[in-house]
Amino acid sequence: MPTSDVSGAIERAARDSYGRLVAYLSARSRDVAAAEDALAEAFHSALETWPGSGVPAKPEAWLLVAARRRLIDGVRRSRVHQESESTLRVLANQAQELAGAVNDFPDERLKLLFVCAHPAIDGAARTPLMLQTVLRLDAAHIASAFLIKPSTMGQRLTRAKAKIRDAGIAFEIPEPAEWPDRLDAVLEAIYAAYGLGWGDVTGADARTKNLATEAITLGRLLLKLLPTEPEVKGLLALMLYCEARRDARLDTTGNFVPLSEQDTTRWAWPQLKEAHELLLSAEQAGVVGHFQLEAAIQSVHTRRAIFGGPTDWEEIALLYEGLVRLAPTIGAQVGRSAAVAEARGAVAGWALLQTIPPESVTTYQPYWAQAAHLLRKLGRDAEAKNAYMQAIGLSENPVTRDFLIRKVAEMAPV
Amino acid sequence: MKYTLLIYENAAGFALRNDPKKAKAYWAAWPAYSKALQEAGVMVGGAGLEPSKTATTVQLRDGKRHVQDGPYADSKEQLGGFYIIDVPDLDKALEWAARVPAAPGSVVEVRPNLVPPS
Repeated sequence: MPTSDVSGAIERAARDSYGRLVAYLSARSRDVAAAEDALAEAFHSALETWPGSGVPAKPEAWLLVAARRRLIDGVRRSRVHQESESTLRVLANQAQELAGAVNDFPDERLKLLFVCAHPAIDGAARTPLMLQTVLRLDAAHIASAFLIKPSTMGQRLTRAKAKIRDAGIAFEIPEPAEWPDRLDAVLEAIYAAYGLGWGDVTGADARTKNLATEAITLGRLLLKLLPTEPEVKGLLALMLYCEARRDARLDTTGNFVPLSEQDTTRWAWPQLKEAHELLLSAEQAGVVGHFQLEAAIQSVHTRRAIFGGPTDWEEIALLYEGLVRLAPTIGAQVGRSAAVAEARGAVAGWALLQTIPPESVTTYQPYWAQAAHLLRKLGRDAEAKNAYMQAIGLSENPVTRDFLIRKVAEMAPV
Repeated sequence: MKYTLLIYENAAGFALRNDPKKAKAYWAAWPAYSKALQEAGVMVGGAGLEPSKTATTVQLRDGKRHVQDGPYADSKEQLGGFYIIDVPDLDKALEWAARVPAAPGSVVEVRPNLVPPS
């Protein structure tokens, strides 16, 4: 059998089934690291044996059985006393069942997602853990996206997996009482990945842009597993609204274009349509959540492309008001100030911006960009320049930095 | 904890300083970055450096002094400047490193400052 066919089959299995295999194996062993190692070895033996034997009819089942065997060997090596022998028999029997069976082993990825975002797991490790266990992103790649020293990221992931194993975190669907908080943690972790991918305006870093796509993949997976949760739809809608406008953020010369000035013919309409339908379907449940509100804000922005006319800033301001009431994050407060300034004038917007405690925004770039914009409108040029300087100094992205530098250059010398 | 951000730039990065079109943006960005460090209360010090062709190296070898024109390491990227910052941990230092407004292709090396044994 040609090697290219074999490696193609292995790549397909890795891409389509990796997360399902890890989820299935770790749900039973409660040891994510051991499951990953066993699966890596199974992929390795597939590479060795498939060229001779041909690709099995059910590659995933083959990999699962091979990984299972490794896991059992691992348990046998590490524990030799009586009680683990019975565990071994159970594991062996399950492996036996699977060997004869079916490709459709149970999909345990939802449980794995809940484990990754479990309250016992360090908040900083949740998103990386999902990206690694469900989507097979490597630690070095994740470290770059999160701006973390790769060895530190590796340690965080290792610690998180040890915690799952040692604390015996259960692979189960949370109880109704815990459901809203636990689901929100999963959604937040997925959105954090999207945020990192979205922040890369230039798209210069393929790795972070990729992260936006990976987050959408996770969002779609979650929707498949939880087809009726309105906030799951809200999150996917939000990501798709943003993604649809990704390319329109830069003009043809590579300069940054604010949302309200973007060329709407460059928006990706199939994604906008999908986002719109998801949002409508989410709203039917009648349970408001912050992802639905954020998606609704994006939806209002897209309306000017459909109906023409100016952006309805009053409606956006109201949606931000709802968002601030649900969760008064700095981001939501800055967004509300921007919308109110557009709808009711710079004085009203500035008053809201002033209510944010100064110590919480020292290094928050969007606050300074917004402050500069409003101060300039208010004719307070010296203060505006100061705020622009702060926003420029805090910019990570050359495109937004250049945009702000141009804004300062437009102003008359103070 | 103190960290030093060592900013290595390539020839194109150094050339920006005198580029008729881009020099203005280049010179606008650095004071803004320094100001942001100061406002955040993490700035300890730092300096921009003249291009490496202005460097002179002094070396002691076998008890003899060797003085040479040019930089010590003849690599494509050369040290263009540095900052010393005082931040709680490496994660924060890396956040600041990511904001350094050096030209694309530049490298920022983040090193913890050595603390002498007490």
